[in-house]
Amino acid sequence: MQKRQAQGMGDRTGSRRILRAVTQGLAIATALLAPLAAAAGEITVKGSDTMVILGQRWAEEYMRAHPSATIQVTGGGSGTGISALINGTTEICQASRPMSAAEKEKLRDRYATVGVEIPVARDGLSVYVNASNPLTEITMDQLKLIFTGKVTNWKELGGRDGKIVVYSRENSSGTYVFFKEHVLKNADYTVRAQSMPGTAAVVNAVAKEKFGIGYGGAAYAKGIKVLKVKQDAGSPAIAPDEAHVKDGSYPLSRPLFFYLRNKPTGDAGAFVDWVLSAAGQAIVTKVGYYPIK
Amino acid sequence: MATSSENPVERPPDRAMLAGLTPPTRPTLPRLGSPPVQSSDRTNHGRAERPRLASRRPRFQALAEVAIRVLAFTSIAAIILIFVFIGKEAWPLFHSAAIAREVTLAKMWFAQQWPGYDAPEHVWQPVSEIPKYAAWPLVVGTLKVTLIAMLVAVPLGVGAALFVSQYAGRRLREIVKPTVELLAGVPSVVLGFFALMVMASWMQQALGLDSRLNALVAGVALSFAIIPVVFTVSEEAFGAVPRSYVEASTALGAARWQTILRVIVPAAGPGVAAGIALGLGRAVGETMIVLMASGNAAILSASPADSVRTVSATIAAELAEVVFGGAHYTVLFFLGVLLFAFTLGTNLLGEFAIGRMRRRLGGAA
Repeated sequence: MQKRQAQGMGDRTGSRRILRAVTQGLAIATALLAPLAAAAGEITVKGSDTMVILGQRWAEEYMRAHPSATIQVTGGGSGTGISALINGTTEICQASRPMSAAEKEKLRDRYATVGVEIPVARDGLSVYVNASNPLTEITMDQLKLIFTGKVTNWKELGGRDGKIVVYSRENSSGTYVFFKEHVLKNADYTVRAQSMPGTAAVVNAVAKEKFGIGYGGAAYAKGIKVLKVKQDAGSPAIAPDEAHVKDGSYPLSRPLFFYLRNKPTGDAGAFVDWVLSAAGQAIVTKVGYYPIK
Repeated sequence: MATSSENPVERPPDRAMLAGLTPPTRPTLPRLGSPPVQSSDRTNHGRAERPRLASRRPRFQALAEVAIRVLAFTSIAAIILIFVFIGKEAWPLFHSAAIAREVTLAKMWFAQQWPGYDAPEHVWQPVSEIPKYAAWPLVVGTLKVTLIAMLVAVPLGVGAALFVSQYAGRRLREIVKPTVELLAGVPSVVLGFFALMVMASWMQQALGLDSRLNALVAGVALSFAIIPVVFTVSEEAFGAVPRSYVEASTALGAARWQTILRVIVPAAGPGVAAGIALGLGRAVGETMIVLMASGNAAILSASPADSVRTVSATIAAELAEVVFGGAHYTVLFFLGVLLFAFTLGTNLLGEFAIGRMRRRLGGAA
């Protein structure tokens, strides 16, 4: 009910509502199904594809412990989740990047709040290559050269002779934006970068592509090789393991967030508290990310 | 399927059959085949008498007529509404000053010198410090995939139709025809997944391509969705060529292949063209297969081995996240207008070709 009210507040005109319904229907049918299922005690969680597995595991465990609660977790990308938070179609947004100033402004325009940011886990954004690739480490500079298309052959990095096939994410992904900001220093991805709809798709593509390279959450790294990353040529090569991600020495470590419009209370508050508790954080480790504390 | 029995090998060379060409009995694909008028006198032009039969229940008929009319107009109204909606959302691109600061038609269609790039280029990077909305990579990508799909689907679809309608015996035809038509029922997401997981690896190994996902894989996968369209319409076109043509040709001493090549194919030409046009419309608009199998990199090149990003896949992948009414949103709707106009054009062309064939066959017999 609370959810529907919020939606009503967000819609200024009828045409906007229709518009939103159409575009969201195109995107994910769940956006339309959510209001149908909206019952007392239901919490909707939407956003980052990196965090979908984590969110679902949390929801499963939480619902097992609290049978009256219903939690619905969907992906779509951090940007999609934040839009949903602004549009009032989700209660909790999962994001693998911080909210931008423009997004905060939109939230303030609608709800007179800048939202609540809760770091819930840490991730070591991993660089994937095919299992047959002889390379074991890579510098941040080399990553930038590859993903901006300045280096196109593994030979140039001391690998085998083969054209690099670059896998990226769709531009609605928080991981896409994080990688662009932290590795490419906001330069454009090469036009040859192929956009995959999710991290699992990137992993699957790199697993099958001998000369492929991609990036994504540490939890998905299966059947491929994860490269150690060096800040620059002189610094040590660091793997995205727990110690290095937690102390921030891994160059691509990042926090994963929950965003809410207001300080969580009631059902959502209980869920957030549980996520931050020892039980919730134990699941973070089980899924393959690292606890926040 | 049911249609095979409606295309008897024995076709009476009279005008009754040709008159029957006019009512399309299928909702989606225009029907060219003849109605079940048998050469025996028993059926007695049953179709022509049906209205009189129904007039025994005039009230029911009137009600049904109104209902059908309403339904027909609803679909027309829906199409108009959709077009108006898409057009309205794309309209700010032409006049809004706020959007003009980020993107203009000129920036979309001409190479731009962007900071950080060596030369003027067509770049599609809508999420960037400086958003770039070049349309050519998407349009060329769409045409590339469509061309590959048509190159595969047209020979296969038309060839299969020719075989089924002219060479295959009744038994074989009743196996081949439903099987090809069954292909139309395979959801495109299934075709896309098959292309992504299986075909891409096969083709990379067989052809030694640089990347698994590319225009070739997407095009071939797309052709599976087009073949049934081309096949069904072509097969009906071949079937609609009057028996008298064949008999006249045979009487003049033409061999079977000469009759087929010189008489049947030219007579059915517009119908085959219609099938191709309808297939083209489907190929351009098809989204899921290309989204999954093409790799979605907006590369402007002629090489079929490069990954492509089509217009439809771009809209599907990006519309979910854009700011309502923003430049990116408007550009995506503008691309939607282009897509809509193109598929509408090809479909009208297909209808026109079918109409021409009806007139030609009707006038000649």
